[in-house]
Amino acid sequence: MNKKQKNLLIRIIIAAVFFVPLYLISEGIIQTGFPKWLILVLFLIPYLTVGYDILRKAALGIKNKQVFDENFLMTIATIGAIVLGEYGEGVAVMLLYQVGELFQSYAVGKSRRNITELMDIRPDYANIEVDGELEQVDPEEVEVGSIIVVQPGEKVPLDGVIIEGKTAMNTSALTGESKPVDVEEGQTVLSGSINMTGVLKIRTTTEFDESTASKILDLVENASSRKSKSENFISKFARVYTPIVVYCALALAILPPLFVMITKVGMGNYETVGKLWMDWVLRACTFLVISCPCAVVISVPLSFFAGIGGASKQGILVKGSNYLETLSEVRVVAFDKTGTITKGNFEVTAIHHSPLEERTMLEYAALAECHSSHPISLSLQQAYAGKLDQSRVTDVEEISGHGIIAKVDGHDIAIGNEKMMTKVGVEFHPCSHVGTIIHMSLDGAYAGHIVISDELKPSSREAITALKKAGVEKVVMLTGDAKSVTEKVAAEVGVSDYRAELLPADKVNVVETLLAECIGRKRLAFVGDGINDAPVLSRADIGIAMGALGSDAAIEAADIVLMDDDPIKIPKAIRISRKCLGIVKQNIVFALAVKVICLVLAALGLANMWVAIIADVGVMILAVLNAIRCLFVSKL
Amino acid sequence: MKKTYKIDVDCAVCADKMEQAAKKTEGVKDCVVNFMTLKMKVEFEDGADMAAVMDRVRANCKKAEADCEVFI
Repeated sequence: MNKKQKNLLIRIIIAAVFFVPLYLISEGIIQTGFPKWLILVLFLIPYLTVGYDILRKAALGIKNKQVFDENFLMTIATIGAIVLGEYGEGVAVMLLYQVGELFQSYAVGKSRRNITELMDIRPDYANIEVDGELEQVDPEEVEVGSIIVVQPGEKVPLDGVIIEGKTAMNTSALTGESKPVDVEEGQTVLSGSINMTGVLKIRTTTEFDESTASKILDLVENASSRKSKSENFISKFARVYTPIVVYCALALAILPPLFVMITKVGMGNYETVGKLWMDWVLRACTFLVISCPCAVVISVPLSFFAGIGGASKQGILVKGSNYLETLSEVRVVAFDKTGTITKGNFEVTAIHHSPLEERTMLEYAALAECHSSHPISLSLQQAYAGKLDQSRVTDVEEISGHGIIAKVDGHDIAIGNEKMMTKVGVEFHPCSHVGTIIHMSLDGAYAGHIVISDELKPSSREAITALKKAGVEKVVMLTGDAKSVTEKVAAEVGVSDYRAELLPADKVNVVETLLAECIGRKRLAFVGDGINDAPVLSRADIGIAMGALGSDAAIEAADIVLMDDDPIKIPKAIRISRKCLGIVKQNIVFALAVKVICLVLAALGLANMWVAIIADVGVMILAVLNAIRCLFVSKL
Repeated sequence: MKKTYKIDVDCAVCADKMEQAAKKTEGVKDCVVNFMTLKMKVEFEDGADMAAVMDRVRANCKKAEADCEVFI
């Protein structure tokens, strides 16, 4: 609790201590024989103790021509009640109103802190080695290219490359993935991850403002500034609701008693004209108590803030409340294939028709290709995984569009596609597998072929199934890849609709067509890996970039960024958004319903001030507690 | 030119009032007040004197909601 809240709490306690015996006295439960004026004076002690700031703000509001604020309403309602002789009610309303304010302030402050902590990946300091000793400095002061030391248990303050040491790294703050990642010399580490086991020396590659941690923080902190339709609706609603209720209260205080006086209908229910007016003015005061729209107004942004906070803990960054809202209405999901459904790195998946041992064949292939930087040669080297002695390779000749001819250990090797085999005059076996086929010949004889293909991500299939379960009606796969490859991948993950051999511009056209098919409140999400698909990401209703850590263009273009590249996070994000929006709707409907019912009851004279204030504060507390539920999304 | 300022305010309705007041201030093109993060993002008109505009923004906010603060 902060100072303001503690202060209010003390005032509430003091007022309550005074209030309870006074109330019993005024209701005649304790017989004292105090005159009425004394009871009034005594009641003013708790009233002013707990409510003086409200009275002050109301006065200031009138001075600044801001009449319709809740301070003014509470002041009029409570003073009205006291003037009419309902001392107990008047003071109780002020007391309970302040209890509500305290709770609201505490709950909002607490969740604000919780959520901020949850997203807190801001590094506090960086260690720099000066004369053999470590010195802590502000990460903002560290220049690019400096060497920093990160000890076990510390946060990596700036992005950089490890120059010494290896460790297990906890990247959960960035990716939501709790399994540690092993890193060693030469690898890049991102700020915001936590070093778990070993001491690291890192050469920084970014300034603080450009580092991953800063960028993510910036993104998340600005997220709830983009307001959703629900938030805009509710603040517009609040602007008209209060004045309307005040005018209704005014009408309620004047019109019915006038009507009764003129027509004499129902006058029999009242002893005197004074009593008639008192009754209706009191009803009007009750009206004013209900006119504060705080419960809904606070719960809506709180729900979104909590939802965005909860999602970011899961490695899902939502760039605004409005996107969370749109995401909950997604019915069509278009995927880019490479890098989202598949891993996007090409691996050796099979070796066929080789008279040599597979390992030997791979060795020759890797050696022949070892001078090339083509992705294929990298996959070959990766598959071989052993050390390659480049001096064994001589007379390398790269024939563009065909492959490579080289001498390895004195053997003539030709490696490449079918054209290459035809060129060197070697008969080859065509392959039935889908993927890139690398044929090899050894000393003029066919030595088999290697199949290199992109692998599916392990969770792709599950993700597609979960999407359909989450109410997504249509899943489409878009790719620039060959039709045969696409067909196979589509079948494996369970997508029936796919478009192959698309150029980047075609993807935009396909998404346009799909968008045109979305009628009503159906929304389309496009999922890409951020490479070449920025235009599509921004064209779709919701652009989701995955595995986008480090890709600025994708973070810029996308509305939702998945920190790791696990497609299962997509249905999860949708479920989080649905839960959040569900809670927002519950709160709006519940709070408004209670208010309307109370207003009707108050107008009919069936609800007194006690009911009004308890309904008001109670609804607020329930709405706030319900809103905080948005934070708990890890099990969704 | 956009700039973000820290603010202090007690309730969501009050935050909305601050936003409305800031938006109407001369020299302010647009303004978003975020109650949850207690931040005010102000977009200035081209060529506006930011310090002077922010003084006016603070004065207007205080008029709209007595119990608020803008940290300039």
